[in-house]
Amino acid sequence: MQTSLAARLRRAEALAAWRLAGPAAALMLLLLLLPTLAILVLSFTDAELGASEITFLGLEAYTDLLTDRSFRGALRNTAVYVVLVAPASILLGLGLALLIEAQAEGRAFFRSVYFLPVVSLLVAMASVWQYLMHPSFGPINLVLRMLGFAGVNWLGSSDNVLYALAIIGIWQSTGFNMVLFLAGLTAIDRTLYAAAEIDGARSAWERFRLVTWPMLGPTTLFVFTISVISAVKVFETVATLTHGGPAKASETLLWVIYREGFVYLHVGTASAMAVVFIVLLLVLMLIQTRVLDRKVHYG
Amino acid sequence: MMRLLRLLVLSAGAALVLFPFVFMISTSLKSQSEVFSAGLQLIPVTWDAAENYSKAFSRIPMLQVLGNGALVCALIVVFQVLFALPAAYALAKLRFPGRDALFALVMLGLLVPIHAISIPLYAAARVSGLLNTLAVLIMPFTLSVFAIFLFRQFVKAIPDDLILAARSDGLSESAIVWRVLLPNAWPAASAFAVFSVVAHWNDLYWPLIAISKTHLATPPLGLLFFRAAEVGDDYGALMAATVVVTAPLVLFFLFAQRLFIDGMTMTGLKG
Repeated sequence: MQTSLAARLRRAEALAAWRLAGPAAALMLLLLLLPTLAILVLSFTDAELGASEITFLGLEAYTDLLTDRSFRGALRNTAVYVVLVAPASILLGLGLALLIEAQAEGRAFFRSVYFLPVVSLLVAMASVWQYLMHPSFGPINLVLRMLGFAGVNWLGSSDNVLYALAIIGIWQSTGFNMVLFLAGLTAIDRTLYAAAEIDGARSAWERFRLVTWPMLGPTTLFVFTISVISAVKVFETVATLTHGGPAKASETLLWVIYREGFVYLHVGTASAMAVVFIVLLLVLMLIQTRVLDRKVHYG
Repeated sequence: MMRLLRLLVLSAGAALVLFPFVFMISTSLKSQSEVFSAGLQLIPVTWDAAENYSKAFSRIPMLQVLGNGALVCALIVVFQVLFALPAAYALAKLRFPGRDALFALVMLGLLVPIHAISIPLYAAARVSGLLNTLAVLIMPFTLSVFAIFLFRQFVKAIPDDLILAARSDGLSESAIVWRVLLPNAWPAASAFAVFSVVAHWNDLYWPLIAISKTHLATPPLGLLFFRAAEVGDDYGALMAATVVVTAPLVLFFLFAQRLFIDGMTMTGLKG
């Protein structure tokens, strides 16, 4: 009797659980698992939207992709963009957080000002930056000329366009990193600073090196991963301002996936690119987990 | 001395961050000829605000575009909480066969962004005749694995006794979710709501794919249509339009700063 009652209770709990999680599980299958499997299958083919025949290419689809100059260019451009944006927005975010944390007055004001770009519509602000960066009457070049420098062709030159997009990216993401670092700083136990001072850490730099930086380890790692992933996903500014140009100099990973899939309708190629994109994200997350397990556990 | 230096650096940085906003507003008030000639003058000589802003509202159905954005974001959040919280409760507190597989699916979902799977979603929407509807803007996002992940952590921290007490009071499992857990998980739910609204108000990728009609556009896509309809370098009107589409979320933020910053911090650190 006892065991059958326990079994009945277990069944009832399982039934209730599936009733609660069922709708979410069904949607996960429909909106995530099936599309992911479809992308995997399509990535081995030469499928095109509207074409009636599909040929199975196997791994050839991927070797084609890796020799595709446009795709390699997009990977390189994305890497350059990430290298420009992620470290700068992390360091600036950390610097601002330290300054604001140490500041007695105007703390809330500065935090809100620096956070403002995060809640501003990126497509709209990209348009504003386009005006600011206009080669002849844009305020940035006007200021540069006033200071005696030559004006810069920001978005219209293939040499500068990635830097121009990176400036917008840094402007947009620094405030977000700053609030994450601020949260990390508030969580540090104040007594550690007192202890460090007793141990002879007199200067602000020594206290930062001995207490703040190690205690911020987990936060820094999170900020790093988030920054890299969101920089890899750069799309809005490219789609609004450059369409990958001039001369393909600002083609990024998401832009070429979008263009192959939805402009050229090369479904197979776009799917293979999407798989590469997912693998890239997977590698980034694995790095984060590995580092997290090994190094930054203090808490 | 240090204090003054800090204040100076922070103020200079703040001026740099605000620079685009200042010129956005200033330019939205200027006449076209003044945009080309006035240099760094911020206050317009001849005010053309009325013309610029009337263009912003008439060149595309601006009010409808803003309404679309608000409606789409609101419905996405409602559906996300509606589906995610019960699933999070089941994953956190109940034992059932398939739980580990379900959680593995959540983790997979965290890895795969909409950009990577938009082709099959687009194909499905096309076959079912959903392209160019507001529904297609909402459907792919009704389920947020991130919400499940976040809520699961929150529900885990709620004491079992609370749930047992509710159960012995005769509450059904779904009543427990909405009347016991939701009030207790409110910080997580509101943080997630902020995160979700900011993300979907900004999203261009999926609307660009699924919508080709101006009156169905959300603000980012609407602004692209506005730019396409523009003749020449009419920066005054373009800046007026950018002010109009940027204002709603910025005002919301200025009135609820704590909610926004805490919300983005919590979701940022958990993600």
